[in-house]
Amino acid sequence: MKYAGLLVMVAGFFLSIAALVLFPALVQRGVFVVCGLGVEGLGLFVTVRAHMPARGESRS
Amino acid sequence: MNTQAAQPLTDTVFALTLVLLLLAPLAIAGVALINTGLGRSRSAAQALLGNIGMIAIAAIVFALVGVAFTGNLPGTGGGAGHTFWLAGKPWNWAGAGPLLLGGLGTAAPLSQLALLFELLAVSMAVLIPWGSGADRLRLSAGLAIAAVLAAIVFPLLAHWVWAGGWLGQLGVNFSLGAGFLDGGGAATVHVLGGICALAVVWIAGPRQGKFPKEGLATAMPGHNAVYVVFGCLLALVGWLAWNVAGAVIWLHAPLAALPVTAVNTLLSAAGAVAATYTITRVRFGKPDASLCANGWLTGLVASCACAGVVKPIEAILIGLAAGVITPLLVEFFELALSIDDPSGAITVHAVGGLWGLLAAGVFASQPGQLVAQLVGIAALLGLVLPLVYLLFKLVDRFVPFRADQDGERIGMDLHELGGGAYPEFVIHRDDSYR
Repeated sequence: MKYAGLLVMVAGFFLSIAALVLFPALVQRGVFVVCGLGVEGLGLFVTVRAHMPARGESRS
Repeated sequence: MNTQAAQPLTDTVFALTLVLLLLAPLAIAGVALINTGLGRSRSAAQALLGNIGMIAIAAIVFALVGVAFTGNLPGTGGGAGHTFWLAGKPWNWAGAGPLLLGGLGTAAPLSQLALLFELLAVSMAVLIPWGSGADRLRLSAGLAIAAVLAAIVFPLLAHWVWAGGWLGQLGVNFSLGAGFLDGGGAATVHVLGGICALAVVWIAGPRQGKFPKEGLATAMPGHNAVYVVFGCLLALVGWLAWNVAGAVIWLHAPLAALPVTAVNTLLSAAGAVAATYTITRVRFGKPDASLCANGWLTGLVASCACAGVVKPIEAILIGLAAGVITPLLVEFFELALSIDDPSGAITVHAVGGLWGLLAAGVFASQPGQLVAQLVGIAALLGLVLPLVYLLFKLVDRFVPFRADQDGERIGMDLHELGGGAYPEFVIHRDDSYR
């Protein structure tokens, strides 16, 4: 899951870049870039969860 | 943000900027002291020696290899970098300068100052993950991390932001304000360092006994609050010099704009420490020295991106917000996410830097500046974080990050150096914290 989360983060970055190329209008670009950041946030969440120790497991 | 396109410097501005850059290492000294003070006494000498060693490795590797990818020193071919074309726009993704600092003596004065700035910036960036790995990260692993950052990651990011790379050119190519703005290194130094800190903490894991099977996380307070707070004061001097020099070199600010940049830097830190003081006073009944120090530093980090482009009242607001999020996030990362970050670098440098970058866009007057800043943030989180994590995973295979259990138990000083920083102190056992 760690690597899946990282891949999702990369996908979010390319979504943000696609916004620059696909949309000429500033507002559309901004919304699409924010969507890309949202995807990155999802990937970060997955990666953080994957690095957290399981409940009841020794955490040290 | 392209030094090649900048106007020539007058002798006065050159001399002023050079003096400022000679004061900037005080920020590095401050961060080194803070890193050491927030760690445990049994690892203090290893922590400080690690700071010096990482600066040394980063400087050598950057001078030999990394400088070629920043592209600040023009190559013999005169090309500014490696470019590909997409949708009719150039995407300059890496510098193409000479290796081994070739051409430094004959480069334009602004390029020489830019190189010195970058040399100091990479020295600062490599220290940030070292503080997060305190008490369990091996010295050799720290040096390997410094080498990887100075050779590959920092030069690429510095080129993108400062030396005519695609982020700095967002204004020219896509009409997004003035392009990605980062006069003081919020992205290239602090967010990069904070991201590396997160990767180090993930790979090395928490300190022994930090997160027991049952109950809350064990409190492991820093061993010397005097180092920490004095480090903050030292860092202020360096930060003032850093932000003002950055405004000259990267934002091409006129002399009249420099005092405002310095004022904004101080106000941001002041607002942040006031907010953190208040929050910790309300939450715990008494102000917390180490969290206040972290708040102060978060304010300084946030100012890196925006001190040269915002008004003083906005700098106070930016600092206040930085100071509010610092104690809350430090607690959230530790208690909710089980992230053991002794120096708080992930909050201070990564989150503080991201907030500063965002604020530079929010308070900017040019249309599209906020989008440019968001694209830069997307690159940091979506490209640099995965890249750093994978590189560190690779390094960890050859140079294990974490000391063995016995080494961690007796302390990194005895384990790695054979002697403690405070030989007359009694070393506490782990269970004495509980």
